[in-house]
Amino acid sequence: MQKMGIAEALRMAIRQEMARDERVFCIGEDIAIPGGWGGAFTVTLGMEKEFSHRMINTPISEAGFFGIACGAALMGMKPIADVQYADFLFCAMDQICNNIAKLRYMSGGKLNVPIVMRAPVGVTGRGSQHAQNMETFFMPLQGVKIVCPATAYDAVGLLRTAVRGQDPVMIFEHKLLYGSKGARAESGAIDGSSEIPEEDFTIPFGQAVVRRCGDDITVVGTLLMMHKCLQAAEQLQKEGISVEVIDPRSLVPFDYVTLKKSIAKTSRLMIVEESPKRSGIGAEIAATIAEEAVDLLNAPIKRIAAPDTIVPFSPPMENFYVPQVQRICNEIRQIILK
Amino acid sequence: MTKEKYSKEFLLEIYQKMVLIRQFEERVKFLFLEGVMPGTIHQCQGQEATAVGVCTALKKDDIITSTHRPHGHAIAKGVSVQSMMDELFGKLTGCCKGKGGSMHLGDLEKGMIPAIAIVGGNLPLAAGAALAFKMREEKRIAVSFIGDGATNEGIFHETLNMAALWQLPVVFVIENNLYGASTHVNLTIRTDKISERASIYKIPGITIDGNDVLEVYEASKEVAERARNGQGPTLLELVTYRITGHSRRDPCLYQPAQERAEAKKNEPIGRFGKYLVDNLYASHQQLEEIENNIEKELDVVVEAAKSAAEPKPEDALSDMFAE
Ligand SMILES: Cc1ncc(C[n+]2csc(CCOP(=O)(O)OP(=O)(O)O)c2C)c(N)n1
Ligand SMILES: [Mg+2]
Repeated sequence: MQKMGIAEALRMAIRQEMARDERVFCIGEDIAIPGGWGGAFTVTLGMEKEFSHRMINTPISEAGFFGIACGAALMGMKPIADVQYADFLFCAMDQICNNIAKLRYMSGGKLNVPIVMRAPVGVTGRGSQHAQNMETFFMPLQGVKIVCPATAYDAVGLLRTAVRGQDPVMIFEHKLLYGSKGARAESGAIDGSSEIPEEDFTIPFGQAVVRRCGDDITVVGTLLMMHKCLQAAEQLQKEGISVEVIDPRSLVPFDYVTLKKSIAKTSRLMIVEESPKRSGIGAEIAATIAEEAVDLLNAPIKRIAAPDTIVPFSPPMENFYVPQVQRICNEIRQIILK
Repeated sequence: MTKEKYSKEFLLEIYQKMVLIRQFEERVKFLFLEGVMPGTIHQCQGQEATAVGVCTALKKDDIITSTHRPHGHAIAKGVSVQSMMDELFGKLTGCCKGKGGSMHLGDLEKGMIPAIAIVGGNLPLAAGAALAFKMREEKRIAVSFIGDGATNEGIFHETLNMAALWQLPVVFVIENNLYGASTHVNLTIRTDKISERASIYKIPGITIDGNDVLEVYEASKEVAERARNGQGPTLLELVTYRITGHSRRDPCLYQPAQERAEAKKNEPIGRFGKYLVDNLYASHQQLEEIENNIEKELDVVVEAAKSAAEPKPEDALSDMFAE
């Protein structure tokens, strides 16, 4: 057992996968420059020393290198493509949505596209173009799996599953959870570190985890929001409100079994997300539960989300945009005390 | 350095602008490291001659587009320093009312579209502005500042092709500071000069010393006039060096110490100052006076920015649509 932050844990897991499988390689901007930062958030720091020819530094060419990763994957390689900020996925959108996501299907299942795409998300004082929680954007995309590790343990387990699998997977990582150190440390960071067991373990996709047991309400959140939900649950416990916090860990596929089991107990559901409410993750979860399990509920489903606006820069507006612990607490109180 | 003869006032104004950019950046760096300024920053210390040389060759109603590293461009184009500092502090009085921040500074009234932080994303905006000028038969031009790294985005090639095809009044200025983030240009581009890429679009490509402000000015003037006279776009590569971090607290360990040391000797303000003194345009004392005056001016600007009004949290909801 060793305690690690998410950036460090991912680094360890990627190194192990590269060591156990020669087909695995990393591709991206600034990922392996001596004296550099190991990508934007230190995940691949120093890895060029160990795997010089499987750490491929690219020019700033997202459409190109995502497409190149796709071509290599079709030939049996296993690329891990790193985009510095998830917002830049827009530059690679055609390759991701038209090629990476569709080639297996279009070939009648004859081809596989085993790509892992890693993308940092989250609102962090950088303004509108370095801020979006892009997982929401990809929810409607068919053909790509989506995972969101909120802890170092999950980062390792989910990354292993992704790399060892045969399908395209997007891993959305949160800038404030990495635990990046030194010059790359983030202000406002939250501790996402975990004890990582020595032995090889994986986490299957579509398996949610109950982060905290409770009886009064089920609250669902991923990444940073999951941690905020835990903080809210902690506060509310002192007031006698018992909150169950569920971390889906993977959005596609989604574990509705665990969620329904929890709602059967609490009969209340709240979804917390960092993106705007419209067509968000909460909308999808709420609609599914309303369709399939409305009889388990005895209160309306509540969605806590960013407002339907663009991520602003200035701290007062930014704090208003991102759902905060106090807001989550207040909304839960309102539902419970009604 | 100079081929033409310039008036003393003109040269000192150039010097003043470069020093203003340098000192603005140094202030911002300090405020940021002190923890009183929010956000993240990409600064342009060492690249003052590109911003000032190019923008001095432009007219007021010409348009520029910029990048994640826009402070110098904004100052050189005449965006109010107070409105920039206010924006960096996230204040309501900032040039983007606190919504943009460092990476999206700009003020269209001064001829600067808010900066675009997606590498390469600003290129077609300049070409589009140029298309508008051409369609309306206005004698205006557009300039896109980009880094060396941006020339490897597909959008660079799409934009240059269309701009060349339609002979748009636009100038593409590459500030080649040898690095895209931590990656040296030699690791990303095969040609010796990035401007060689111009030839495949059949537009002129020029590479010059981007730390010689008068050389930059003269070249910019020439290509700006080409564009203005309907002779189409130019790719102008200005070789320079960033003598500060890529962003935030970057210690620049990927830059060889000797390269950094030499770059510091070659930085444009020291060079231009020496030129002014050697050619008797100014005394050391006069230059110092310019610097001191700017220091004082910035003291006022920073204090005003600190005490300027914050946006209200709910202001996050405004400004999305016009109607
Ligand atoms: C599309 C896109 N990819 C990556 C980045 C991250 N990034 C920001 S600046 C930068 C380097 C840009 O290099 P260059 O164009 O040479 O400009 P410089 O920073 O040297 O001014 C990178 C990779 C980005 N902002 N946008
Ligand atoms: Mg550069």
